[in-house]
Amino acid sequence: MAYYICNLKIHPRFLLLTFPLLTVMCSLCSALYFHIGETEKKCFIEEIPDETMVIGNYRTQLYDKQREEYLPATPGLGMFVEVKDPDDKVILSRQYGSEGRFTFTSHTPGEHQICLHSNSSKFALFAGGMLRVHLDIQVGEHATDYAEIAAKDKLTELQLRVRQLIEQVEQIQKEQNYQRYREERFRQTSESTNQRVLWWSIIQTLILVAIGFWQMRHLKSFFEAKKLV
Amino acid sequence: MQGFGVAILTQVIWAQLLLLGWARASELTFELPDNAKQCFYEDIIVGTKCTLEFQVVTGGHYDVDCRLDDPDGNVLYKEMKKQYDSFTFTASKNGSYKFCFSNEFSTFTHKTVYFDFQVGEDPPLFPNENRVSALTQMESACVSIHEALKSVIDYQTRFRLREAQGRSRAEDLNTRVAFWSIGEAIILLVVSIGQVVLLRSFFSDKKTTTTRVGS
Repeated sequence: MAYYICNLKIHPRFLLLTFPLLTVMCSLCSALYFHIGETEKKCFIEEIPDETMVIGNYRTQLYDKQREEYLPATPGLGMFVEVKDPDDKVILSRQYGSEGRFTFTSHTPGEHQICLHSNSSKFALFAGGMLRVHLDIQVGEHATDYAEIAAKDKLTELQLRVRQLIEQVEQIQKEQNYQRYREERFRQTSESTNQRVLWWSIIQTLILVAIGFWQMRHLKSFFEAKKLV
Repeated sequence: MQGFGVAILTQVIWAQLLLLGWARASELTFELPDNAKQCFYEDIIVGTKCTLEFQVVTGGHYDVDCRLDDPDGNVLYKEMKKQYDSFTFTASKNGSYKFCFSNEFSTFTHKTVYFDFQVGEDPPLFPNENRVSALTQMESACVSIHEALKSVIDYQTRFRLREAQGRSRAEDLNTRVAFWSIGEAIILLVVSIGQVVLLRSFFSDKKTTTTRVGS
């Protein structure tokens, strides 16, 4: 299949190749950004089911006091990315440049923590200013690049749409499964609280009664010894 | 002829750029320490419809202050101590919009805040989708299923956050019950033994004074 624009045959492959390139470039053109200090560590939490792919793109800019604006990426300014799984085990710990892309797939369901902090080699670079970080994190179905899949498997438009629907439904299925696991944990916690309250009230009553007996007996023997009773 | 084709292609690429430039959705969950304020910025083109939705997942009374400013510093949205809210607006100016979450009213509770900032509509699946031809019935059915599934995923996310909130409260309660029951058992023992010892000490002192007076 080819597209015809003004009697000129344009191969769709060209368009489909530029699309992912522009997606990567432009996903950071107007992405969300925030400011981070030199030694500051910013962490984000992603609660995801297992076997879910997460793609993160970031881009940094440094404030130039002379020009009073944010300069584009300075070489030599790196960001350290650390990803921890729900059991606090580090699954990704790498240093990237001033612009980078990190990917990981979750193997256990739960809260994953993505932490970023700058690893500036020259402290003078910051000079008390702030670093502007553009960040974009895409999870699960949003992380798939449909243009790439269409080009690789040579799908028609309808086939690609159905593929997208399949991916969405799979994500919903995974989330529902995870929801079942979470509900089980919630139920276990509630039942444990219930048990604890029950046992504690019984034990407290027993302790009170036992202490009462002990006090009376001890004082009685004490007063008998002192010949007051 | 070749040059004209290239010119058209360049225009298509710029159109892609524009489409991608103003269709974004960022959702993040982050921890807000006590007495802290966290601000996020986004560059928006005039006329784009944007939605900011946030929810407090864990921490204290599950409330946070939120504030949304336009590029000139005018306040578009300001709410104090809100648990969950959704705000839609259309950008009236080009520039960088700023929204901040503040936990400055809290002295010792960390809060976990989730927010979803949607800018513009979702990008189409194909770059030249709307330009080639109208959608067939199958394709429009696919589009409506896609929209419905998107709202299902949205509801799932909200449900997941509510469940996380409930679960964190239950786990908090569990640990509090454990600590309190152990603490109270210890206090009971200490107080009862203390009472006996104190009582004994009263009688011991009287006895020594009476014997001295006697002799």
